[in-house]
Amino acid sequence: MATFSIHINGSTKNIDVDPSTPMLWVLRDHFNLVGTKFGCGIAQCGACTVHLGENAVRSCQLPISAVGEQHITTIEGLSENGDHPVQQAWLEVDVYQCGYCQAGQIMTASALLKKNPNPTEEEIEGAMNGNICRCGTYTRIKKAVKKAAEINQNT
Amino acid sequence: MTHIKTKQGRRAFIKNSSLAGGGLVLGFSWFNSCKPKVAEALAVEIEMPKEWYEINGYLKIGDNGVVTIMSPNPEIGQNVRTSMPMIVADELEVDWKNVVVEQAALNTNLYSWQVAGGSRSISSSWQNLRMAGATARHMLKEAAAETWQVPVGEVTAVGGILSHEATGKSAGYGEMASAASKLEVPEEIELKEIKDFSIIGTSRKNVDGKKLVTGKPLFGIDVQREGMLIASVVHPPAFGMKLKSYDAESIKQMPGIRDVFTIKLYNDDFKKMAFHFTAFNELIVVVGDSTWQVFQAKKALNVEWENNPEVTDTMTMFGNDMKVTFPAGMENSEDHTAKLKDITSSKIKVARKDGNPEAAFKNAAKIIERSYSCPFLAHNTMEPMNFFAHVTDDHAELLGPTQTPEWMEPAVSEVLGIPLENIDIQMTRQGGGFGRRLYGHFMVEVAAISQRMKAPVKLVYTREDDMTQGIYRPAYYATYRAAFDTDNNLTAFHVRAGGIPESPLFANRFPAGAIDNYLAEDFTVDSNITTGAFRAPRSNFIAGAEQSFLDEIAEEMGKDPIDFRLELLKRAAEDPVGEKESNDYDANRYAGVLELVREKSNWKQAEPGVHRGVSAYFCHQSYVAQVLDIVMENDTPVVHKVTAAIDCGIVVNPDAASNLSEGGVIDGIGHAMYSGLTFKDGMPEQSNFDRYRLIRHKEAPKKIETYFVQSDIDPTGMGEPPFPPIMGALANALYKATGQRHYHQPFIKEKQIIG
Ligand code: FES
Ligand code: FES
Repeated sequence: MATFSIHINGSTKNIDVDPSTPMLWVLRDHFNLVGTKFGCGIAQCGACTVHLGENAVRSCQLPISAVGEQHITTIEGLSENGDHPVQQAWLEVDVYQCGYCQAGQIMTASALLKKNPNPTEEEIEGAMNGNICRCGTYTRIKKAVKKAAEINQNT
Repeated sequence: MTHIKTKQGRRAFIKNSSLAGGGLVLGFSWFNSCKPKVAEALAVEIEMPKEWYEINGYLKIGDNGVVTIMSPNPEIGQNVRTSMPMIVADELEVDWKNVVVEQAALNTNLYSWQVAGGSRSISSSWQNLRMAGATARHMLKEAAAETWQVPVGEVTAVGGILSHEATGKSAGYGEMASAASKLEVPEEIELKEIKDFSIIGTSRKNVDGKKLVTGKPLFGIDVQREGMLIASVVHPPAFGMKLKSYDAESIKQMPGIRDVFTIKLYNDDFKKMAFHFTAFNELIVVVGDSTWQVFQAKKALNVEWENNPEVTDTMTMFGNDMKVTFPAGMENSEDHTAKLKDITSSKIKVARKDGNPEAAFKNAAKIIERSYSCPFLAHNTMEPMNFFAHVTDDHAELLGPTQTPEWMEPAVSEVLGIPLENIDIQMTRQGGGFGRRLYGHFMVEVAAISQRMKAPVKLVYTREDDMTQGIYRPAYYATYRAAFDTDNNLTAFHVRAGGIPESPLFANRFPAGAIDNYLAEDFTVDSNITTGAFRAPRSNFIAGAEQSFLDEIAEEMGKDPIDFRLELLKRAAEDPVGEKESNDYDANRYAGVLELVREKSNWKQAEPGVHRGVSAYFCHQSYVAQVLDIVMENDTPVVHKVTAAIDCGIVVNPDAASNLSEGGVIDGIGHAMYSGLTFKDGMPEQSNFDRYRLIRHKEAPKKIETYFVQSDIDPTGMGEPPFPPIMGALANALYKATGQRHYHQPFIKEKQIIG
């Protein structure tokens, strides 16, 4: 066990866990931030996606010991009132079926738009390809990413 | 006008008659009323009332006019948590903005069919939900009439406001809720006419939307409780094996581990329902403080396994007993294929025969024969199996994702030795179902673990546990033959279909009834690999096989594939072959979706470079036709567009239904093209998404359009029907695009093709 200070969603939290513990389980079991989801545990599905700095990363493969001073943003910290353009777009398109994959989809999409505010269809497909949606909401996800880009441009 | 089918359930319908004015009158009695424990506002913006008044088990009204509507059924992504309350709200005549939705707990006295299965959530509760709203509306009107001393017939209720025109009096529902809640439930009530629906048939957004996009706890795996422990189970690595011995001490000292022990899910003499069953009765349990610690300890555990003998078990399935044999030994996929191909005639059963197919084949000028197959599939719900339980001396609380709370209750009661009435099951939102959560062994497991630990426990499966535990979509095989005369007329049709361990055949579905000489046969092969219902069971293979074969017949006859199907359906409608009522489907509604998809896809005028395939299928009382467009890009087929036409009766929430259609299309393309679970020495060769291929974003169609047939028929299935036919449309379009027919799923293995 070791003590870590983690910058998360704008605050700093201290925690004593095994250094190999993936951030996914630190978030879910210790910080009670359960919006980040467990899907595969091997970086294949994207359900556990969070932002490390400005990058979308798979928290199931991110040991707490590798985080250091970098800031982590989870779905709970994406916006204060749930009104990030990507969240607005998701609500408008009513993307979800079961909804389980969607936090990961939203975190991947918001990281994409930060780097590339006006992605082409192919760029969207490329960025979103690592996030599995078992229910098959891919066409809606694509539509919502485009809508979020529009909302971004109008604000 | 609405067609009423009164169902015999726990709630008695006393009478059922029509009013002269065209409205509907239903008499019924509520046997019980539900007292929900958790009043949770799902629409966060709504201001909560100070006082709630319970009108019936489906709804309560606040003093400020806000209405809470209970959603009785499991929410697995089919959106019933929004669409079922919409039905209540419409009959209640309340503004949807003032509705909050609450998930009902299992309550067998109050609700019927609290199951997410058979695409029946809406259809089986349609009348009850309407009556729940209409009863409350009527009671509110009565309360207003009494308060204002006016005849109840002169009181109107619109959008949550009661008014009396002559006196100019009006009041919100909230003002009358207290008085209404004290009234007797009426013996008779009038339901709305379909034309007066104001919420049903309009698109309403998912009531959990805001919580989903902000990551609020909604799912079973999100459950947290004071003092809660985490548990995980270890099952044998191969089918045909059981536990021999294990070394608990090897992991007990690991950090955070509380206990390591075994549980048995049921004793040998327990009368199992098919849904209780699992291949692995005895499991090793690891309990600890946190998920990661438990998962790590599991990996480090030393275990020895041994071979299982052959087992024959009796199970009940909806009241029928059946004997099921699980042979001994470790199975391999190659052997499976060989067994399905070389089935001996003694195992083949005739399921339906019309005319004289033997003679027709004997006298045929030409015969075509094709075989189709598909592998086992794992459901792979995005949220792995999990459940929470808190068992005390004489009470058990269970909470989590299950499609069948009612069917699992007896097994939980049995393993705990606690009577049914002391078992309380509640449902969370569920990260997918697809049939997997109909089999709730995990509820029994967590109950037994919590009892032993004397603590609240959440059981969590790893993805590997989830994928290798069993309950797969069976592997199927079908051989079709068609006979033609010298004029190239179709004279006979033969299907022989089987599977491990069940046959996919529906002998009385299309094209039965449309061909004079028809033979349908089936067979089964035993296995110790456990299988279960997977979205649109059996249809999920046979639809694609049959629709691909019909495509080849049409081609052989030089006919347009839609025209050819319509000709057969005309025959089935006008002069059906076979005993009266023996054909399961309505040929006119079947033709209706084909005509609609032909029009909406502009079938006859495909854009240059677009290769199209069509398919149509009937299941879960609904009709779906789909046209799939492929464009070749760098020698690779890419699905550009799918056009779907659906007849599922009245559509409650059109945009949400379109979402299910899109999901069914993508799910169907994905599984037909990419997915499969294979076995070596009893062991699944895929255990996570690195080797188990699911369809990904790039591979989904660029565009999916869904059109619904306008209908006044009561709603029929919507979760499953869009899934099976698309596999046929895909195969038929691939043929047009590549010149190659695809017979064996996943198609990706037949040739290197990626869409
Ligand atoms: S859980 Fe991390 S990628 Fe699947
Ligand atoms: S919405 Fe269910 S997995 Fe994506």
